[in-house]
Amino acid sequence: MSQGEYVAAAYGVVFVALLVYVAIIAAKLARLERETAEIAELARKRASNV
Amino acid sequence: MSTSSRNNHVPVLAALAAALIGVAIGFAFFVAPEDVDQGISQRIFYFHVPIALTAYSCFGWGAYKALLLLWRKDERYDLESYVAIHQGTIFGSLTLLTGSIWAKASWGHWWLWSENQLVLFLVLFLFYSAYFMLRFSIEEGPRRANISAVYALFGVVLIPVSFLAIRLAENIIHPTVFTREGPQMSGTMFLTFCIAWLAMTVLAYALYRLELLGKRLDSNLRELRELVT
Repeated sequence: MSQGEYVAAAYGVVFVALLVYVAIIAAKLARLERETAEIAELARKRASNV
Repeated sequence: MSTSSRNNHVPVLAALAAALIGVAIGFAFFVAPEDVDQGISQRIFYFHVPIALTAYSCFGWGAYKALLLLWRKDERYDLESYVAIHQGTIFGSLTLLTGSIWAKASWGHWWLWSENQLVLFLVLFLFYSAYFMLRFSIEEGPRRANISAVYALFGVVLIPVSFLAIRLAENIIHPTVFTREGPQMSGTMFLTFCIAWLAMTVLAYALYRLELLGKRLDSNLRELRELVT
Protein backbone atom coordinates (compact mmCIF):
# COMPACT_ATOMS: atom_id res chain seq x y z
CA MET A 1 0.00 0.00 0.00
CA SER A 2 1.23 3.53 -0.75
CA GLN A 3 1.47 6.28 1.91
CA GLY A 4 -1.51 8.06 0.31
CA GLU A 5 -3.62 4.92 0.59
CA TYR A 6 -2.83 4.66 4.30
CA VAL A 7 -3.94 8.27 4.78
CA ALA A 8 -7.17 7.54 2.87
CA ALA A 9 -7.70 4.42 5.03
CA ALA A 10 -7.24 6.40 8.28
CA TYR A 11 -9.70 9.11 7.26
CA GLY A 12 -12.03 6.45 5.80
CA VAL A 13 -12.14 4.58 9.13
CA VAL A 14 -13.35 7.76 10.90
CA PHE A 15 -15.93 8.40 8.16
CA VAL A 16 -17.25 4.81 8.27
CA ALA A 17 -17.47 4.93 12.08
CA LEU A 18 -19.56 8.11 11.82
CA LEU A 19 -21.83 6.48 9.22
CA VAL A 20 -22.29 3.41 11.44
CA TYR A 21 -23.15 5.69 14.38
CA VAL A 22 -25.73 7.58 12.29
CA ALA A 23 -27.21 4.23 11.12
CA ILE A 24 -27.51 3.04 14.75
CA ILE A 25 -29.18 6.32 15.78
CA ALA A 26 -31.55 6.06 12.77
CA ALA A 27 -32.51 2.49 13.78
CA LYS A 28 -33.08 3.64 17.34
CA LEU A 29 -35.25 6.56 16.16
CA ALA A 30 -37.32 4.18 14.04
CA ARG A 31 -37.86 1.93 17.08
CA LEU A 32 -38.83 4.91 19.27
CA GLU A 33 -41.27 6.11 16.61
CA ARG A 34 -42.85 2.61 16.48
CA GLU A 35 -43.12 2.49 20.27
CA THR A 36 -44.64 6.00 20.40
CA ALA A 37 -47.26 4.92 17.85
CA GLU A 38 -48.07 1.81 19.94
CA ILE A 39 -48.45 3.87 23.12
CA ALA A 40 -50.64 6.41 21.29
CA GLU A 41 -52.81 3.52 20.05
CA LEU A 42 -53.10 2.13 23.60
CA ALA A 43 -54.01 5.60 24.92
CA ARG A 44 -56.70 6.02 22.20
CA LYS A 45 -58.21 2.60 23.04
CA ARG A 46 -58.21 3.50 26.72
CA ALA A 47 -59.86 6.86 26.03
CA SER A 48 -62.60 5.24 23.89
CA ASN A 49 -63.35 2.71 26.67
CA VAL A 50 -63.81 5.44 29.29
CA MET B 1 -37.65 17.85 31.45
CA SER B 2 -35.01 20.29 32.65
CA THR B 3 -32.58 19.31 29.91
CA SER B 4 -35.02 19.50 27.00
CA SER B 5 -33.95 23.04 26.04
CA ARG B 6 -30.30 21.95 25.98
CA ASN B 7 -31.19 18.99 23.75
CA ASN B 8 -32.66 21.41 21.21
CA HIS B 9 -29.08 22.45 20.51
CA VAL B 10 -28.23 19.02 19.05
CA PRO B 11 -28.98 19.95 15.39
CA VAL B 12 -26.94 23.17 15.74
CA LEU B 13 -24.07 21.25 17.35
CA ALA B 14 -24.21 18.56 14.62
CA ALA B 15 -24.18 21.19 11.85
CA LEU B 16 -21.29 23.03 13.53
CA ALA B 17 -19.35 19.75 13.90
CA ALA B 18 -19.93 18.87 10.22
CA ALA B 19 -18.77 22.34 9.11
CA LEU B 20 -15.68 22.24 11.34
CA ILE B 21 -14.76 18.72 10.14
CA GLY B 22 -15.05 19.96 6.54
CA VAL B 23 -12.78 22.94 7.32
CA ALA B 24 -10.32 20.66 9.18
CA ILE B 25 -10.10 18.25 6.21
CA GLY B 26 -9.62 21.21 3.85
CA PHE B 27 -6.81 22.60 6.01
CA ALA B 28 -5.19 19.16 6.49
CA PHE B 29 -4.99 18.44 2.76
CA PHE B 30 -4.80 21.82 1.06
CA VAL B 31 -3.39 24.37 3.52
CA ALA B 32 -0.97 22.60 5.89
CA PRO B 33 2.43 21.97 4.29
CA GLU B 34 3.70 18.43 3.78
CA ASP B 35 5.95 17.16 6.57
CA VAL B 36 9.62 16.87 5.53
CA ASP B 37 10.27 13.63 7.46
CA GLN B 38 7.04 11.66 7.13
CA GLY B 39 5.55 13.03 3.93
CA ILE B 40 1.83 12.60 3.30
CA SER B 41 1.32 10.02 6.10
CA GLN B 42 1.85 12.82 8.67
CA ARG B 43 -1.61 14.15 7.66
CA ILE B 44 -3.12 11.33 9.76
CA PHE B 45 -1.84 13.32 12.76
CA TYR B 46 -4.54 16.01 12.22
CA PHE B 47 -7.28 13.50 13.02
CA HIS B 48 -5.48 10.90 15.11
CA VAL B 49 -4.24 13.23 17.89
CA PRO B 50 -7.49 15.28 18.23
CA ILE B 51 -9.46 12.01 18.39
CA ALA B 52 -7.13 10.71 21.13
CA LEU B 53 -7.42 13.97 23.11
CA THR B 54 -11.21 13.85 22.71
CA ALA B 55 -11.22 10.26 24.04
CA TYR B 56 -9.28 11.45 27.13
CA SER B 57 -11.75 14.34 27.55
CA CYS B 58 -14.75 12.00 27.33
CA PHE B 59 -13.29 9.65 29.95
CA GLY B 60 -12.47 12.66 32.14
CA TRP B 61 -16.01 14.05 31.67
CA GLY B 62 -17.45 10.63 32.56
CA ALA B 63 -15.35 10.54 35.72
CA TYR B 64 -16.43 14.09 36.63
CA LYS B 65 -20.10 13.11 36.25
CA ALA B 66 -19.41 10.00 38.33
CA LEU B 67 -17.95 12.20 41.06
CA LEU B 68 -21.06 14.42 40.94
CA LEU B 69 -23.25 11.32 41.29
CA LEU B 70 -21.40 10.15 44.39
CA TRP B 71 -21.38 13.65 45.85
CA ARG B 72 -24.90 14.88 45.10
CA LYS B 73 -26.69 11.50 44.81
CA ASP B 74 -28.56 12.73 41.74
CA GLU B 75 -29.53 9.82 39.44
CA ARG B 76 -29.21 11.80 36.20
CA TYR B 77 -25.41 11.92 36.57
CA ASP B 78 -25.28 8.14 36.25
CA LEU B 79 -26.66 8.25 32.71
CA GLU B 80 -24.45 11.24 31.82
CA SER B 81 -21.35 9.44 33.11
CA TYR B 82 -22.27 6.27 31.21
CA VAL B 83 -22.86 8.14 27.92
CA ALA B 84 -19.57 10.09 28.26
CA ILE B 85 -17.63 6.85 28.82
CA HIS B 86 -19.44 5.27 25.87
CA GLN B 87 -18.32 8.21 23.70
CA GLY B 88 -14.81 7.81 25.11
CA THR B 89 -14.62 4.17 24.04
CA ILE B 90 -15.86 5.07 20.53
CA PHE B 91 -13.17 7.77 20.20
CA GLY B 92 -10.68 5.43 21.91
CA SER B 93 -11.25 2.67 19.35
CA LEU B 94 -10.85 5.26 16.55
CA THR B 95 -7.57 6.38 18.16
CA LEU B 96 -6.29 2.79 18.15
CA LEU B 97 -7.41 2.23 14.54
CA THR B 98 -6.04 5.48 13.07
CA GLY B 99 -2.87 5.15 15.17
CA SER B 100 -2.32 1.63 13.94
CA ILE B 101 -2.70 2.72 10.31
CA TRP B 102 -0.29 5.63 10.89
CA ALA B 103 2.19 3.27 12.59
CA LYS B 104 2.08 0.91 9.61
CA ALA B 105 2.60 3.80 7.20
CA SER B 106 5.47 5.37 9.20
CA TRP B 107 7.20 2.53 11.05
CA GLY B 108 6.14 -0.47 8.97
CA HIS B 109 4.35 -2.12 11.95
CA TRP B 110 0.66 -2.16 12.86
CA TRP B 111 1.47 -2.35 16.56
CA LEU B 112 4.58 -2.26 18.77
CA TRP B 113 4.30 -3.79 22.24
CA SER B 114 7.55 -2.06 23.22
CA GLU B 115 5.91 1.38 22.91
CA ASN B 116 4.63 2.56 26.31
CA GLN B 117 2.31 5.16 24.78
CA LEU B 118 0.46 2.56 22.68
CA VAL B 119 0.27 -0.06 25.42
CA LEU B 120 -0.91 2.43 28.08
CA PHE B 121 -3.60 3.79 25.79
CA LEU B 122 -4.72 0.21 25.13
CA VAL B 123 -4.82 -0.43 28.92
CA LEU B 124 -6.94 2.72 29.38
CA PHE B 125 -9.25 1.65 26.55
CA LEU B 126 -9.63 -1.90 27.92
CA PHE B 127 -10.22 -0.55 31.43
CA TYR B 128 -13.14 1.55 30.22
CA SER B 129 -14.38 -1.28 27.96
CA ALA B 130 -14.61 -3.44 31.10
CA TYR B 131 -16.79 -0.67 32.62
CA PHE B 132 -19.67 -1.87 30.41
CA MET B 133 -19.24 -5.50 31.49
CA LEU B 134 -19.34 -4.41 35.12
CA ARG B 135 -22.30 -2.09 34.59
CA PHE B 136 -24.48 -4.57 32.75
CA SER B 137 -23.70 -7.40 35.17
CA ILE B 138 -25.47 -5.51 37.98
CA GLU B 139 -29.21 -4.97 38.25
CA GLU B 140 -30.39 -1.42 37.46
CA GLY B 141 -30.64 0.86 40.50
CA PRO B 142 -28.58 2.96 42.96
CA ARG B 143 -26.14 0.10 43.65
CA ARG B 144 -25.25 -0.18 39.97
CA ALA B 145 -24.93 3.61 39.66
CA ASN B 146 -22.57 3.83 42.66
CA ILE B 147 -20.34 0.89 41.64
CA SER B 148 -20.13 2.23 38.05
CA ALA B 149 -19.24 5.70 39.36
CA VAL B 150 -16.45 4.38 41.59
CA TYR B 151 -15.04 2.36 38.66
CA ALA B 152 -15.21 5.40 36.34
CA LEU B 153 -13.33 7.48 38.91
CA PHE B 154 -10.54 4.89 39.25
CA GLY B 155 -9.95 4.99 35.50
CA VAL B 156 -9.25 8.70 35.51
CA VAL B 157 -5.85 7.99 37.11
CA LEU B 158 -4.80 6.21 33.92
CA ILE B 159 -5.41 9.32 31.78
CA PRO B 160 -2.36 11.39 32.89
CA VAL B 161 -0.24 8.21 33.01
CA SER B 162 -1.20 7.40 29.41
CA PHE B 163 -0.73 11.01 28.31
CA LEU B 164 2.66 11.44 29.99
CA ALA B 165 4.01 7.99 29.08
CA ILE B 166 5.40 9.31 25.84
CA ARG B 167 7.37 11.98 27.73
CA LEU B 168 8.61 9.62 30.44
CA ALA B 169 9.91 6.93 28.10
CA GLU B 170 13.56 7.17 27.07
CA ASN B 171 13.60 5.10 23.90
CA ILE B 172 10.61 6.01 21.80
CA ILE B 173 9.58 5.85 18.19
CA HIS B 174 6.23 7.53 18.80
CA PRO B 175 6.73 11.23 17.92
CA THR B 176 6.56 13.90 20.66
CA VAL B 177 5.05 16.98 19.07
CA PHE B 178 4.14 18.99 22.17
CA THR B 179 7.15 19.70 24.35
CA ARG B 180 7.97 22.28 27.05
CA GLU B 181 9.24 24.54 24.25
CA GLY B 182 5.79 24.50 22.64
CA PRO B 183 4.41 22.67 19.59
CA GLN B 184 7.16 21.32 17.30
CA MET B 185 5.44 22.24 14.04
CA SER B 186 4.85 25.24 11.78
CA GLY B 187 2.12 27.80 12.50
CA THR B 188 -0.16 26.51 9.73
CA MET B 189 0.23 22.93 10.94
CA PHE B 190 -0.63 23.98 14.48
CA LEU B 191 -3.66 25.97 13.27
CA THR B 192 -4.87 22.90 11.31
CA PHE B 193 -4.41 20.77 14.42
CA CYS B 194 -6.39 23.27 16.55
CA ILE B 195 -9.28 23.35 14.04
CA ALA B 196 -9.34 19.54 13.91
CA TRP B 197 -9.27 19.36 17.72
CA LEU B 198 -12.16 21.82 17.98
CA ALA B 199 -14.08 19.84 15.32
CA MET B 200 -13.62 16.57 17.22
CA THR B 201 -14.60 18.18 20.54
CA VAL B 202 -17.80 19.64 19.06
CA LEU B 203 -18.55 16.32 17.33
CA ALA B 204 -18.09 14.40 20.59
CA TYR B 205 -20.33 16.86 22.44
CA ALA B 206 -23.02 16.64 19.72
CA LEU B 207 -22.92 12.82 19.85
CA TYR B 208 -22.99 12.93 23.67
CA ARG B 209 -26.11 15.15 23.65
CA LEU B 210 -27.73 13.02 20.92
CA GLU B 211 -27.15 9.78 22.81
CA LEU B 212 -28.42 11.31 26.05
CA LEU B 213 -31.53 12.54 24.22
CA GLY B 214 -32.20 9.04 22.87
CA LYS B 215 -31.64 7.35 26.24
CA ARG B 216 -33.92 9.80 28.08
CA LEU B 217 -36.61 9.50 25.43
CA ASP B 218 -36.39 5.72 25.71
CA SER B 219 -36.75 5.81 29.49
CA ASN B 220 -39.67 8.28 29.31
CA LEU B 221 -41.46 6.08 26.79
CA ARG B 222 -40.98 3.02 29.01
CA GLU B 223 -42.50 4.94 31.92
CA LEU B 224 -45.40 6.12 29.75
CA ARG B 225 -46.06 2.58 28.52
CA GLU B 226 -46.26 1.35 32.12
CA LEU B 227 -48.76 4.11 32.92
CA VAL B 228 -50.93 3.41 29.89
CA THR B 229 -51.01 -0.43 30.20
